[in-house]
Amino acid sequence: MKISLGCVPFYWPAETLKSFYQDIASLPVDIVYLGESVCSKRRELSTGEWIELGQEITRSGKQAVLSSLALIEARSELATLKRLCDNGEMMVEANDMAAAEIMHERGLPFVTGNGINIYNANTLRVLHTQGLVRWLFPVELSAQCLTDILRDARQMGFASQIETEVLSYGHLGLAYSARCFTARAHRLPKDRCNFICKDYPEGLPLSTQEDQELFTLNGIQVMSGEICNLLAEAQAMHDMGVDIMRIAPTTVDMTDVINEFRDTLDGKTTTTTSTGDAVSNGYWYAKPGMEHVEPGATPES
Amino acid sequence: MELVCPAGNLPSLKAAVDSGADAVYIGFRDDTNARHFAGLNFNDKKAHKALDYARDQGVRIFVAVNTFAQPAGWERWTRAVDLAADLQVDALIAADIGVLGYAAETHPELNLHLSVQASATNARALDFYFDNFGIRRAVLPRVLSLPQVRALAEDSPVDLEVFGFGSLCIMAEGRCYLSSYLTGQSPNTFGACSPASAVRWEDTEDGGLETRLNGVLINRHAAGCNAGYPTLCKGRFNVAGQTGHALEEPTSLNTLELLPELRQLGISAIKIEGRQRSPAYVAQVVRVWRQAMDALEQDPSHFTIQSEWSKVLAAASEGSQTTLGAYSRPWQ
Repeated sequence: MKISLGCVPFYWPAETLKSFYQDIASLPVDIVYLGESVCSKRRELSTGEWIELGQEITRSGKQAVLSSLALIEARSELATLKRLCDNGEMMVEANDMAAAEIMHERGLPFVTGNGINIYNANTLRVLHTQGLVRWLFPVELSAQCLTDILRDARQMGFASQIETEVLSYGHLGLAYSARCFTARAHRLPKDRCNFICKDYPEGLPLSTQEDQELFTLNGIQVMSGEICNLLAEAQAMHDMGVDIMRIAPTTVDMTDVINEFRDTLDGKTTTTTSTGDAVSNGYWYAKPGMEHVEPGATPES
Repeated sequence: MELVCPAGNLPSLKAAVDSGADAVYIGFRDDTNARHFAGLNFNDKKAHKALDYARDQGVRIFVAVNTFAQPAGWERWTRAVDLAADLQVDALIAADIGVLGYAAETHPELNLHLSVQASATNARALDFYFDNFGIRRAVLPRVLSLPQVRALAEDSPVDLEVFGFGSLCIMAEGRCYLSSYLTGQSPNTFGACSPASAVRWEDTEDGGLETRLNGVLINRHAAGCNAGYPTLCKGRFNVAGQTGHALEEPTSLNTLELLPELRQLGISAIKIEGRQRSPAYVAQVVRVWRQAMDALEQDPSHFTIQSEWSKVLAAASEGSQTTLGAYSRPWQ
């Protein structure tokens, strides 16, 4: 199985982003997604600079894919999306149906990311006819559902023409809003947010009044409080036909996590050490996403 | 402009029709629609009755089949679409691309509306649904500001319907999995947010009340305070050293004051949320909106909100307060 690195969900300074991707060049990931997917006000790197960074990554021998904005509300955001789609060489990860539409119009292949709701093979087939060549399995669905979708896709005869990718490490993207929650926490209006997200390079934690870590606020996005880790499911994913395990950046140094995933997939190690204790995997087992299920338990449908 | 009103059962449907709805939307009695609550919605027989009652008064009926189908239940969604087609409903409201594809292929005569759950917030996303399935109308997610609605009304390939009044989803609809993260069930997968089966109300020693969702503390209420339903995005949480409504307060959306501008933009329909509400609620809210929309049609340049309307709508609102939501930039 291949390993991909999802785009950075947080607002990092340009220098941090550049050195992050320099480090990634020497790490064992096959596919690198990059770009701004959360907030169009985050412009530490311009669209042109993201495209250049993608070209550098391509030259380092990895597949670079440009991630697009998840919630597109303004004409200016559509204009940016158009520029990404017209980059001329790299695929685009569609995080809004607008991207799928534009790529289809140009006759170009695309990937669908978080927030594109593909819950059945009929949906997958429609999008495949539009140019989908790879899809990220929605976070809230179970292993059983994925097995069923891939079975149906095989019966419909297009399963071998697409790649299936599963978010296997990182905070789960759970919601997008018009409201900026990070600005709200600081009593700032969204239009004058002072780019407060920069103060939270790993997101802003939200906990219950009993101090249970519940969510991670990331501008207009709400993510899971805990990190989801599905490394223990690698064999099961391989058996059901998953092609790519995706790691979403949680911090500026992802070296240990990436190496551990690679080593485990290569059969060099079976222990999980660097990927932490507080992990959730409930969705995979058809349970509430926040829950932790002992890996290997029989999935419920 | 068309006034599109909710009905969770036959009495509510009659209330909506009698109070001045132009169209009423309903769902079937399973997880194929986004108000899948116990005791709510229509079976085959009740749907026929609803249709007869509405048609007699010249009111249109829409059916929402607007959750996302998983393979194990796929036939429930196709059956729901088939039933809507058999009933010859005036529109099918759907979100799932697979379901829309099935409806367009199998029942080309069906008038398709794109559900808010499809989360289409821009012209190119709407182009996708128009090009592929021939949708004629789209319900806009409650995330756009008024200037954004204006721009979209100019660029959209289809008619637009916007939310006028009711419970306020603050997340882009169809892209919110917060509920399943806590409970295993979400609007997408189950047709309900913060489902009642996961709710616990617990008295505290000091006479207060705690509300929980699958064991997770959503809110604490002091003795004597009103405790609302623990919809998780309206709970009180700790963020950056403060405890409060980190996501949103208990409040309802009310866009009555935007009505003249929405009309001017060419918005086709105003949607009232609330299929889970009582017939009395539906009657009250629909009557106010009917009066307001009639007053606007009669004299567009002198539209004023009557204090009686505001009073009725405030009383019908969550926490007795209303907001313009994302239509107003400061809210965002």
